[in-house]
Amino acid sequence: MPRFWRWFWGLAIGVPLAVFAVWALATNERLFFVTLLNGLTLAALYFIVASGFTLVFGLMRNVNLAHGSLYLLGGYLGYVAAERTGWYLLAVATGFAGAALVGLAMQVAIFRFMQGQDLRQTMVTIALSIIIADLLLWTFGGQVHQLSPPEWLDGPLRGLPVINAYSKFRLALLPLGIAIGVALWLFLNRTRVGMLIRAGVDDRGMLSASGVNVNLVFAVTFLIGAGLAGFGGVIGAVELSMVPGEDVRLLLASLIVVIVGGMGSVVGAAVGAAILGVAETFGLAYAPTYSVVFTFVILVLVLAFRPRGILGRPA
Amino acid sequence: MSAAQWRKAMNAGAQAQAWPRQRRVAVASAAPAADSRSYATPSLPAWLQWISQRVSARHVLVMAFVLIYPWVATPFFTFQIGGQALVLGLIALSLTFLGGYGGMISLAQMTVAGIAGYMVAIFGTSSMPEISLGWPWWVVVPLAIAIATVCGALIGWLSVRTEGIYTIMITLAIGVAFHYLMQQNYSLFNGWQGFQRVLTPQVLGIDWRAPVPYYYLALFWALAGYFLVKYLVRTPFGIALQGIRDNPRRMNALGFNVTAHRVVAYAAAGLIAAVGGVLLVWYNGLITPGSVGTSWLINILIIAVLGGMRHPIGPFLGAIVFVLLQNFAIDVFDRERFNLVIGAMFLAIVLFSPDGLLGLWQRLRARLAAGDAQSRLSTPRPSRRFVKGGSQP
Repeated sequence: MPRFWRWFWGLAIGVPLAVFAVWALATNERLFFVTLLNGLTLAALYFIVASGFTLVFGLMRNVNLAHGSLYLLGGYLGYVAAERTGWYLLAVATGFAGAALVGLAMQVAIFRFMQGQDLRQTMVTIALSIIIADLLLWTFGGQVHQLSPPEWLDGPLRGLPVINAYSKFRLALLPLGIAIGVALWLFLNRTRVGMLIRAGVDDRGMLSASGVNVNLVFAVTFLIGAGLAGFGGVIGAVELSMVPGEDVRLLLASLIVVIVGGMGSVVGAAVGAAILGVAETFGLAYAPTYSVVFTFVILVLVLAFRPRGILGRPA
Repeated sequence: MSAAQWRKAMNAGAQAQAWPRQRRVAVASAAPAADSRSYATPSLPAWLQWISQRVSARHVLVMAFVLIYPWVATPFFTFQIGGQALVLGLIALSLTFLGGYGGMISLAQMTVAGIAGYMVAIFGTSSMPEISLGWPWWVVVPLAIAIATVCGALIGWLSVRTEGIYTIMITLAIGVAFHYLMQQNYSLFNGWQGFQRVLTPQVLGIDWRAPVPYYYLALFWALAGYFLVKYLVRTPFGIALQGIRDNPRRMNALGFNVTAHRVVAYAAAGLIAAVGGVLLVWYNGLITPGSVGTSWLINILIIAVLGGMRHPIGPFLGAIVFVLLQNFAIDVFDRERFNLVIGAMFLAIVLFSPDGLLGLWQRLRARLAAGDAQSRLSTPRPSRRFVKGGSQP
């Protein structure tokens, strides 16, 4: 893009945003910062769920449309575990493990046999998402389930500047999201398995040709990707709530995060999640009946100027 | 050439191989016409010859059946089964056109139909006089179809910027975002409740929502859509579109504007879906965010895949099966478990017969034909198997 246009679009998007920020700060400082924090904590949840989605997509070209269902499954499993034992960390572990095992089963039992048939795999995930969603509805019913946070994160944190008090649990999501991002980055960049996964993202055929059991790498990736969805589910069970339909909401969030951020890139997922989370909460706070439009405008702008996403590379 | 470019080239080749069966269908469906040509006597007038070359006994049979159907069926079967299957089939037909002939699986076709439905409710009459403008139907319907077609083309313009598997993600995102917009916006779309009492107009003194008139209305537009698709795929545009489906790089190198062809395909599909959307809102008498929810976006895909995307008759077959399941599976299973049944059925079709019911039918015929040939000639004829049922591209 020529320099002039880069400046033009930078100003065209930046100036209204800056004007809005000044206006919002001048009228209601507290609302602005609370909304910003809400947006960033929501972004942390979106990142955790979407990073699993993008990992699976990047390596296997498998658009796992059952990702939202895995999220909800993890949430419900965590809920059951927390109800039985009252131990939140166990709930997190259960949610992760449960979703990871279901994801692994999907990869081993079905996707392994249709490698390279993108469309067919996607349709299978659609069918699975319908089935999982209906089984969950059958088991847990249509009412809202809410998981309470662990005691040491329950209640608000007081004495903060400007905003006075903020939920401890939501605040804790911010470092958690960053920690998971860093852990994922270290795993992908500093371990052998991560190296294999990155090699697979770049060139599946070559990795296989150099004697690596690609099916095993795929299985591990699917395990982690699905596990992250379940992990996000247990967090979302506290932060949002669990009710049939949430799976679609998180699936939409994951889709938009990876489309905006760039598919297959974990850093892109972080960028996309931050943009989407902040845009969605600001939309809800300042223009409640049109908040989805902002999400949509972002999607359109990114697709119009960077069809592969902000950090996406040509496949 | 860099590794990435090589891979892209290879992928483009692989994509082309993913759709080889389509061409065989074209050959197979052309065969009966060629057969019947030999039966036509040369003394017939030209227009009769033209008809006899294209129409075989089964066409006449099916046509007679769908015309006589409402006179032998109960009003329930005429309206709830027949009418609904035709309308859902028409919307799914737009997806079959896009997916089968353009290689683009769009999940937003129900969204386009929903836009047409919402426009009918907003410009026409409904139970919300403060929003609905109450214009006459002959202004409302063309306007609604035009707006929905433009929206369909815009959705296409957005989603063709990336290719292949990305299309399904982007169209799903657009469709779900539209659903949430309908749900949260009250000033224009009346939020959760949507619009009730969207009445079918009374034209020529006929109540078009009565079972038999509605059935014939739906049948007329379903046939119009069917023949439009049949016609489109034979035009130079349709042939180029199929070329683009098989290998976009090559078509681009030949000087075809790949993006423009794809966007026009989306617009044509949008037109078909919009007509279906108007009929659907008249069928239901209401439109709510639930009508364009995720489950309906996916149901349209299920109908298209269930029937088979290789021929425009597929979506109508799929719609009949879908509507029958919807109405009668609840008698066999629990009423609430319809989604489980349809999900399992979809899974089975995708796993075992990716070409849907049409694929099953073709395979069955190939097997019967092969068995026939074997018993008649006692020696197997590999060439025949090669044409009908082989896996060779």
